[in-house]
Amino acid sequence: MRKILSLALGLAAGAALAGAGALPASAAEKLKAAWVYVGPVGDFGYSYQHDQGRKAVEKAFGDKVETTFVENVQEGPDAERVIEQLARAGNKLIFTTSFGFMEPTLKVAKRFPNVHFEHATGYKRAANVATYNAKFHEGRYILGQIAAKMSKAGTVGYIASFPIPEVISGIDSFMLGAQSVKPDMKVKIVWVNSWFDPAKEADAAKALIDQGADIIAQHTDSPAAMQAAEQRGVKAFGQSSDMIQFGPKAQLTAIVDDWAPYYVQRVQEQLDGKWSSTDTWDGLKEGVVHMADYTNMPDDVKRMAEETEAAIKSGALHPFKGPVYKQDGTLMVKEGEVMSDKDILSLNWYVKGIDDKVPGQ
Amino acid sequence: MLDAAMVGAVLASVVAAASTLLIASLGELVAERAGTLNLGVEGMMIVGAAVGYATGYSSGSLLLGTLAAVLAGTALSLVFATLAIWLAANQVASGLATTILGLGLAGLIGAPFVGTRLDAAPELQVPGLTDLPLLGEALFGQNAFVYASLALLALVSWGLARTRAGLVIRAVGESHAAAHALGHPVRRIRTLAVMFGGACAGLAGAHLSLAYTPFWASDMTSGRGWIALALVVFSAWKPLWLLAGAYLFGAVSILQLHVQGFGFGIPPQLLSALPYLATVVALVLISALKRGQGAPASLGVPFVPDR
Repeated sequence: MRKILSLALGLAAGAALAGAGALPASAAEKLKAAWVYVGPVGDFGYSYQHDQGRKAVEKAFGDKVETTFVENVQEGPDAERVIEQLARAGNKLIFTTSFGFMEPTLKVAKRFPNVHFEHATGYKRAANVATYNAKFHEGRYILGQIAAKMSKAGTVGYIASFPIPEVISGIDSFMLGAQSVKPDMKVKIVWVNSWFDPAKEADAAKALIDQGADIIAQHTDSPAAMQAAEQRGVKAFGQSSDMIQFGPKAQLTAIVDDWAPYYVQRVQEQLDGKWSSTDTWDGLKEGVVHMADYTNMPDDVKRMAEETEAAIKSGALHPFKGPVYKQDGTLMVKEGEVMSDKDILSLNWYVKGIDDKVPGQ
Repeated sequence: MLDAAMVGAVLASVVAAASTLLIASLGELVAERAGTLNLGVEGMMIVGAAVGYATGYSSGSLLLGTLAAVLAGTALSLVFATLAIWLAANQVASGLATTILGLGLAGLIGAPFVGTRLDAAPELQVPGLTDLPLLGEALFGQNAFVYASLALLALVSWGLARTRAGLVIRAVGESHAAAHALGHPVRRIRTLAVMFGGACAGLAGAHLSLAYTPFWASDMTSGRGWIALALVVFSAWKPLWLLAGAYLFGAVSILQLHVQGFGFGIPPQLLSALPYLATVVALVLISALKRGQGAPASLGVPFVPDR
């Protein structure tokens, strides 16, 4: 079924691309830039925020840039075909915005040495492939602290997508934040094996609430979980976008992605001929990650959250500061040290206090 | 760990989750019993979700939204019917085209509504009954879509088995040549059956966008139309087995989330695959036990009167 679906989507994407390719060639100096999204731009979450960044590029450069995007691209071989077609269509700067596009991006980049590629959330680069990412885990540390203060049950429900380092480091950071306030905080983790499936995300939220969680955190892309929390009268954190209208009484805050400044900067560099393969990993300080208003919480919790946010921005606080212990009690980060960016980007173990197993281990 | 309140809540979730699939697959079952395989269910469902949400949001009336969704699903099914029935085009290709068209159209229709929300369709509250332990909420605390799915089930199983119209539909699906020879307007009957399928798919879409997750997001059906299609095949084209299949699928997909929440350490990838595995295994067993209950004989074969 999935196969037929992806075939159908592939055909649709192919048709869209064929249309784009058939457009008359524009002025020679006009830069063609393209974005590849894993979800629909209408998800009001992750892909939506990337597309807001693309729109910011259009706004900033006007006639100098022509942008295209392909949404709903399956991670895997399908992605390679889509990226290749974008390169063939004359795009000179291509942003591939999901972890699963890493290998396809590198493969296509080899065949198109004159095209520049940018892969989000991955760790493999090449002369014409740059990587960029956001320190979502910084925001998740703050969420963990708020959850520990706000939960009466002492149990938080966490809806996760896929067991990749970005998601696992988010869970760890969340729990380190929670434990800094309440050492015996419990988390129930449910993997939905999808970035975007609103009904399933809602089901997961309801299941977690039925099991006694009174705070819902999510690492999936739709506002369904927030809405379910609102209906059931528990609190929740938004993901990627400010989801306050979906949970006016439920949302405590949300981690909001803001890719616009990065995209505008990179397109500018491309136009100036100064593009190079870089590795950018910005966070709260640079504004790529920012926190939605702290709502539905008492003043003291709000103050704590704001202080933590300021401390992370100033560098005074690092979510993965030692001592950090693995589940089995092994010391992974010594007292007085912090985990290196490289280690965070490849994190595949849970911290002590999480009563569950990392899938596949 | 398990108490009556929680079991009750789980059962209620299962019934709600199964209803979308039941509605959509009942419609497709009727279309297929009349001999037309419409792979456009996913497309008709998502268009129903988009149009239903857009209308419901703009008018403030969930009823109007639901009606609009039913009409939109029906309208898209007519595109399919024109291609596959009246122009005798390949049904698989026409169905896929309908799904692709539907996904695109729905994205376009829904675009202005991204980031908005509605209040969900209300759930029934019967004093005394809804509060019953275990089955109270599952049976007496659901929204209108759930009850509509059961009414549809009754209508379809009674209609197909006990009415003259049902007999004609089945005759057309088994042997269109014989039905034609008897003077039945084969293509008109098939078109009506396909329209019924479209209406049901639209209604299933409205269940998602007006009640289950009352907002619009493109691709929010996430493949449920394909699951509905598969359920029809595995039910051996019998409405009651469809009920069993949809509820089994709903049950396993909700239970696997609970199993994860309890942290039993079973790989979640396996659990995610479980609804599909369980449904396939159960329904294969069912159809193996009832010998000779295959597909309608003319399923997928276009009918051209003078050929």
